[in-house]
Amino acid sequence: MTHEAASTDQSLTPARKPSIIVEGVRKTFLLRRSHSFKEAVIGWIRGKDVWSKKFQAIDDVSFVIDEGESVAILGYNGSGKSTMLKMISGVLEPDAGRVLVRGRLAGLIEVGAGFHPDLSGRENVYLNAAILGMKKHEIDARFDDIVEFSGIEPFIDQEVKHYSSGMFMRLAFSVAIHAELDILLVDEILSVGDAPFRAKCQEKIHSLAQEGKTMVIVSHDLDMVRDLCERGIVIREGHQIFDGPIEEALEKLAS
Amino acid sequence: MTTSVDLTEYRQPGRGRGLLDVFSWRYLLRLLVRQGTQTRYRNSVLGWTWSYVKPAAQFLVFYIVMGVFLQFHRDIENFAVYLFAGIVVVNFFNEAFGNATRSIVDNGALVKKIYLPRELFPIAAILVAFIHFLPQAAILLVVCILLGWVPSFAGIGATLLAIAIVAAIALGLGLFFGALNVAYRDAQNFVELIQLFSTWSVPVLYTWQMPEAQLPEWLFTVYMSNPLVVAVELFHEAMWRPTTSSAFPPPEDMLLHGGVAIAICIAALTLGQTVFRRFERRFAQEL
Ligand SMILES: Nc1ncnc2c1ncn2[C@@H]1O[C@H](COP(=O)(O)OP(=O)(O)OP(=O)(O)O)[C@@H](O)[C@H]1O
Ligand SMILES: [Mg+2]
Repeated sequence: MTHEAASTDQSLTPARKPSIIVEGVRKTFLLRRSHSFKEAVIGWIRGKDVWSKKFQAIDDVSFVIDEGESVAILGYNGSGKSTMLKMISGVLEPDAGRVLVRGRLAGLIEVGAGFHPDLSGRENVYLNAAILGMKKHEIDARFDDIVEFSGIEPFIDQEVKHYSSGMFMRLAFSVAIHAELDILLVDEILSVGDAPFRAKCQEKIHSLAQEGKTMVIVSHDLDMVRDLCERGIVIREGHQIFDGPIEEALEKLAS
Repeated sequence: MTTSVDLTEYRQPGRGRGLLDVFSWRYLLRLLVRQGTQTRYRNSVLGWTWSYVKPAAQFLVFYIVMGVFLQFHRDIENFAVYLFAGIVVVNFFNEAFGNATRSIVDNGALVKKIYLPRELFPIAAILVAFIHFLPQAAILLVVCILLGWVPSFAGIGATLLAIAIVAAIALGLGLFFGALNVAYRDAQNFVELIQLFSTWSVPVLYTWQMPEAQLPEWLFTVYMSNPLVVAVELFHEAMWRPTTSSAFPPPEDMLLHGGVAIAICIAALTLGQTVFRRFERRFAQEL
């Protein structure tokens, strides 16, 4: 099994339990023509389906991710990576197969998804941490760390819509990695952070991995993926074509 | 391989417990409500005053047409209070129901990207409507006190029951139409129809005796079973009647109608939640 191959290089710590189990998952999108009752009713009367076309976004994907692993999901644009991540987070439901998870998981698909432009940085930190499932006292306890890590203290009481996109990302990412979670899912991580901030984030992510947090990362930044993950799953047009050590996965991706 | 793992500690992501989950997300709910009330009138000069201007204008129009032109204030003692008590209830319903229906689509960015119990959004919408209802209710209360209203246990009980009925029916319908609205945006047009209907089908601009005189008995029973009618009548009993001396009597069988209304609320909540949960699985891909 593919998973066997992945765990050989971690045989030093054998008794790790899986935190994410993906079994024979499929996702079909129905590309619908219209959003109105009228069309739906007319289509129904004429015996035609409003669902014009089916699109198989994920086809029979299975893998197991152990506690404390950092795994990259690799693939070209439109290959189904975000779809896979959304099914792990619970945002989308698989049409066949199943996804099982253990522990606190934030369905964080895009860093900063819950930010509200009209609120200040401070209010957004609270709002987003709450969206990630944190309680008030947990956020209070970590607030200073979050702001310090983001490095934007002077602007924390300004409205977020006046932030530069880098500042925005820094704050959003900082909230995400300070959340009290066992599983962290990140899509398109750090696309706009500057070099020093990226280095800082990589360091932080390494230390989270050391603490036994499970991470699933989707990114087109192959250097960063190589640095952060020990294992890669390659998806091409919805099919899983490789699951194994990151170097081999990157080769497979390019081939 | 996975068969060797004990699966009892695992759960399927995205499968929540519906409305019950909202209790464990109280803090986020509070923030969503605060955000809903604070950002609503951002960048508007009058700000919160709009919450008073709209019902005031509505009241004025109705008062002039119904009270002065149609001379209702001759037949109904303290017609202004009677009218305003009803308007406040109907506005609460219309706003709560409309907000709840739109809440999923309005929060589409979040629903698409992060898994949360989605019931949070309709509930937050209803709480925001409730917060807007409070200042209007406060004005009503002040006017009633000036007219000699004194608090009573029955009155307070009736007020709370009316609020609970309106919130429950608005949430039930809001869950139902909010879920439909994701797939079919024309659900919003139905909502407008229901809002129009709710303004005229309840005894706000007239008294309950008028439909009784015109409708066959069975139809009047149906009319009186509308939870909104019951809520409005409860409000009239609690706020308006104590300010009057020789008003027409309250409708008969209020207890029976109240019971039916509560049963309808429970049915609407159950139906709304069921439909919502069925559609919820596809929210993220259809938004
Ligand atoms: N809600 C949806 N409805 C219909 N089709 C969808 C939906 N979401 C995704 N798709 C389709 O599924 C396919 C996979 O999309 P996905 O977002 O998972 O790609 P990706 O691997 O994340 O790509 P990228 O690298 O560009 O982020 C695409 O062809 C996309 O058009
Ligand atoms: Mg993507």
